[in-house]
Formats: sequence, C-alpha cells, structure tokens
Amino acid sequence: MKRSVFTAASTLAVVAASAVSMAQAGPEAEVLHWWTSGGEAKSVAVLQQEFSANGGTWTDMPVAGGGGDAAMTALRARVLSGNAPTAVQLKGPAIQEWYEEGVLADISAVAEAEGWDKVLPASIAAHMKCEGQWCAAPVNVHRVDWLWANAEILAANDIAMPTSWDDFNAAADKLMAAGVIPLAHGGQAWQDATVFEVVALGLLGPDGFHKAFVDLDPEMLGSDKMVAVFDQMRKMRGYVDSNFPGRDWNLATSMVMNGEAAFQIMGDWAKGEFLAAGKVPGEDFLCASAPGEGFLYNVDSFAMFDVSGDDKQQGQALLAKLIVGQNFQKVFNLNKGSIPARVDVAMDDFDSCAHLSSAEMTTSSKDGSLLPSYAHGMAMRGAQSGAITDVVTAHFNSDMSSAEAVEMLVAAVENSL
Amino acid sequence: MRAWLERQIPKMVLAPSFVAILIFVYGFIAWTAWISLTRSKLLPKYDLYGVIQYKRLFAAPRWDTAMDNLFLFGALFICISMALGLLLAILLDQRIRVEGVLRTIYLYPMALSMIVTGTAWKWIMNPGLGIEAMVRNWGYDSFRFNWVIDPDMAIYAVVIAGVWQASGFVMALFLAGLRSVDGEIIKAAQIDGIPGWRIYSAIILPSMAPIFLSAFIVLAHLAIKSFDLVVALTGGGPGYATDLPATYMYAMAFSRGDIGQAASSAMVMMGVVFAIVVPYLYSELRAKHV
Repeated sequence: MKRSVFTAASTLAVVAASAVSMAQAGPEAEVLHWWTSGGEAKSVAVLQQEFSANGGTWTDMPVAGGGGDAAMTALRARVLSGNAPTAVQLKGPAIQEWYEEGVLADISAVAEAEGWDKVLPASIAAHMKCEGQWCAAPVNVHRVDWLWANAEILAANDIAMPTSWDDFNAAADKLMAAGVIPLAHGGQAWQDATVFEVVALGLLGPDGFHKAFVDLDPEMLGSDKMVAVFDQMRKMRGYVDSNFPGRDWNLATSMVMNGEAAFQIMGDWAKGEFLAAGKVPGEDFLCASAPGEGFLYNVDSFAMFDVSGDDKQQGQALLAKLIVGQNFQKVFNLNKGSIPARVDVAMDDFDSCAHLSSAEMTTSSKDGSLLPSYAHGMAMRGAQSGAITDVVTAHFNSDMSSAEAVEMLVAAVENSL
Repeated sequence: MRAWLERQIPKMVLAPSFVAILIFVYGFIAWTAWISLTRSKLLPKYDLYGVIQYKRLFAAPRWDTAMDNLFLFGALFICISMALGLLLAILLDQRIRVEGVLRTIYLYPMALSMIVTGTAWKWIMNPGLGIEAMVRNWGYDSFRFNWVIDPDMAIYAVVIAGVWQASGFVMALFLAGLRSVDGEIIKAAQIDGIPGWRIYSAIILPSMAPIFLSAFIVLAHLAIKSFDLVVALTGGGPGYATDLPATYMYAMAFSRGDIGQAASSAMVMMGVVFAIVVPYLYSELRAKHV
C-alpha cells in the first residue's frame, strides 16, 4: 500500500514536472516596468499581446510608484540575488551605469538582423549601445521642449506663439497686464529642471547645451551665457502664480486647458491630457517647439539583462525585435502620445503636434541638434543631474542671484563626479 | 542534568534574538559604515577609497540645508510639543468632568500616520485652498498665510504639523506623570496655604524629571527620523528648503543611484542619534548603581 502511494506520487511529480517544462518550452520574458497608470498600462499591454501572439510567455512585473524609484529598488534586489528580470524599463545613461555593473546582455545579433542602425537616429541609437554592443531597445521619443498654449487666450490678447525668449517675455508681460497667469507651472524639482533646460537650450544653442549638459564642461557651466539662463529663469518665476509649489504637472496643464493660464512648458505627455479632455490641437490648444533651435528628447527604452537558459534568451531576442518593430512602435506611441523612435513608421494616424515633432526630429538629427534631455535623465548620470537640479530648484525658489547660482552649479557638478 | 538545563535554557531562549540583533542591527551598521568609505553607485562595491563620500557630503549645500533644518525643526518641535503637552496636561489635571473624552481627543492625532497628518496640513496651509483662502473669503483681502510655499518659512509649517501630531502624546505622558506624584505631599502643601502655581513649579514638576527625559528622547528620535511628514507635506520643497537628512539619504540611495553618498549621510545621522541617546543611556545606567 505504502509503496503504491509512493509510486503514484512520484509519477504525478514526473508528469507535473514535464508539464511545467512543456509550458516553458517557448520564448519567455519577464519584464520589469513602472507603466501602471491608465494610458501607460494600455500601451504596455500592446507589447504583451504581440509577444503572446508570437508564442511567447510574458511575465509581467509592474512596480508602481515613485517615478521608477520603487522599480529600481526591486531591480537592485533582483540583480544582487543573481536573478535579474529579462528586460527592464531603463533609460539614458542609467543603461550604461547598469552595464558597468556587468549585468546587461548583448543583443547585437537582433539589432543587426533588424537593421536598427538604419532606422534609429544616431544619437538615440548611441543610448542603446554599451561599448559598441547593443544592450537596450528604444520604444518611443518624447519631445521635452514643447510650448503649449491656450488658443483662446492668445487670440483674445492678440499674441502669436513666441519664437524667441524676448517674444515670450513681451507676451507674458502683456498677459500679466491683462490679468492672466502667463505660465502654468508646478513647483516640483523636476518641473523646475524641465523649464530650465528648455530655457538653456534656447539661450545657449545646441552646441552650448551639449557642452554644458552632456560634456559637463565647467567653462560653459560657469559662463556668462549661463548667467543669462538663470536671469531668464528669474523672469519665469515672476510669470508663475504664487500657488505653484508642489503642484503636479497635469494640474498645470489643466490650468492652460481651462483658460486660467496661457502657456506651459512641458514634454509631449501634456498632449495626452489635452486630448483626453477632448481638446483639438490647433483649435483649442497650440503646440510649438519652445523658442530656440534644437530638439530635446526623452527616450523610453528597455534594457536587456543577462539571463541564462535558451527559452529566456529566445524570449529576450523576440522582445527586442518586437519593441523596435514597426507595428509596436506605431500602436504604442499612438496610445502614449509620443512619437516612434524609428524614423520609417507611417505617421498618418498621428496628430499635428506629433507630425511637427517627427519632422523636427528628423531635421535636427541631421544637423546635430538632436539633444538628450538632462531633466529627464537622458544626458547624464543620476548623481550629476541630481546635483544640477538641486541648484536649479534652489535658485528658482529663493532670491539667489544668477551669479551665485552659476557658481553653485560649477561646484555642485564638480562635487558630484 | 536538570540544574544544567535550568542554567542553559535562558541563554538558549535568548540566543536567536541576540544573533538576529547582532546581524541585523550591528552587522548592517558595520556594512553601512564600510559602504560609506567606498565609491558605490548603483550597486554596493567593496573597494575602500577613504573619506571621499564624507567630503562630498559636507561640500553639498543641500546637506547643509538638511542639517540646519534638522536642528531647527528638532529644537522647535521638541520645545513646543513639550510646552504645549505640559500645558494641556496641567489643564486636564484640574479634575474636570469629561476628562476621558478630552484626553482621547487630544491623544487622537498620535493614532494617525504622519502621511495623513502631512497631507491634511498640506491642504489646510495651501494658500489657494486652506486658511488663507478662507480668511480672504471672509473679506480680509490682505491676509497672508503662505508658509508652506515660502522657502524661508516652509520648515516652520512642518513644525506646526509635527507639533499638532505629537503634543497630544506628550500630554498623555505628562498627565500620567502628574498623577503619579504622591498626593499626600500635595495635600500637605495645600494645607500650608501654598498657591497652586507654586505647588506645580516647586513640587510636582521637579519630581517629574524622568518623564521629561522620556518625552525628550521620544520626541528627539521622532524629529531625527522625520521623513514621511516632510514627504507628504512639502515633498522637501519649495526647492529643497525643507529637506531633512532622512529625505536626503532617500534621494541619494533610491533616486540618484549614489549609494556611497547615502551611506555616509546615514552614518552622520546615526552620529546625531548617538549624541542624544548615549548621554541618556549613561544617565539611566548610572542611576541604577547609586
């Protein structure tokens, strides 16, 4: 009796084990991301469906909260325990930082087979490479240097979309006199940093921006031009209502939407708010690139971690292929409000703001003014961008002089290296 | 055998918790100290580089602000909470009728989490929604109460919320202390015709010294580990005007991938705690020998 129970149990165990291994036969991927809000979750579901349709088994690992801080903590624990997820939502120099920890995989085979080099703008492709090999796949391009405006307010006050910062100041002064808040802004450090880098791009120009925020050149950081950037920031502070500290960016967007404020400087995720409220670009709200040359991008991407096992590596390759695939790039970005990272996707279904963004990305890629956003973690590592943001937000929220701010900026960058 | 067991069992029962504390408290303190001497970024690394992280820490203006805030917030929070708690306790000690209800009402804020307190006060003190808007609606158009958005005053806004949270608890401590004073002495003093305020200042309060010390220790460690209150109330802002060492450490460890820097700030924080706790332990332990 005892023996038969034992036999039955062991047979069952064998059957169960083989069933498990059969289920694991296909490509497999465990994906760590923090796209958990409505539109974002919908966007990531697109990838999930496509992955399953190609015979893969998707294990979702969403970690909500903290703008990715919580996800990074989870990732750290997984990596330290030697059990990294297949793919992780990472971006900018953080990819190279993780590469230096020796935990990223090489997906060059997929990239070369799919010809990523030909379809991705060079500077965006550079973010996906670690010492020459491909280690991440881009999903979208968010443009950061957008100027959003309420069409009705501009028309009522006879103001055209400003094309220089002097124009902007003149328009803002006019609006102040008319009793309208010129600039909707949320007083959170990253939002201060967003306005700062947009102003910096406008006043320093693409070369100056690159020197200051990519090369971290102390001369450029401490230059008179940088003093001018902080002077303009002081002006911007005057154009913001007094109730701004701690305000979320989407509340600032709705101020523009509801006619309480005229302008907002924010990335193209703001467009999602306008569209969700049923507003029409060009009629209810206007979008234009902020004064000055250049294009600041924020590229979301998935970094591929070192995994062992055939099924997992197959899953990784399939995932990488699908992420940069034309279909996903189109559907995902229609959902998310950004534009495809690859330049050969048909833009027919996209709105006018996305068309503008796409066209300018292609031209700026050619003339070398396609630049990484510092405020959104594309231009430099966490410690450096954090140090700069500290200075920017301290200046914006106090009566510090521009000269003092520039001095602090140079010291802070040096101290963070 | 039995005698042996009787001697050994207490040790065996204590051993697991002793080992756990050794590893999870002192072991991790040692680990943090080690990390604070390295150049760890995203993941911990173990090559020693000397005190570079401490140099970076003391050169960072944001850390200065955090430490200044800690001392300012700590001093005000402790003093005001103690003064207010004592006042409430003395008032409640007058044998009034609904004391039980009042005591519960005063003690209740302590039952809330700091996150709730912070969020509620954020709305109450928001100039567009809270007190300022209310008073202006009454017709006093020039009324201003915008501390929470003023970088120079924001830390005082944090003090207000913290005091609101903690003073009821301090009151409960003091009330218990007041009640524990020997009634005979008070009666004797009353018969001698000594006025009430003299009875408090010369007899009751001096005999409550240990309670003051306990209240101080509890409030001091609440102040040093204050994190959730600032996160909910101001998010460290405006700018980083209300940063505390704890929020600084969090930012370095979890947002900026700068673990070495976070570890060094944690060590400095621990130093501050020790500076307060060690004298306390010393006085406690010495008292037993006397």
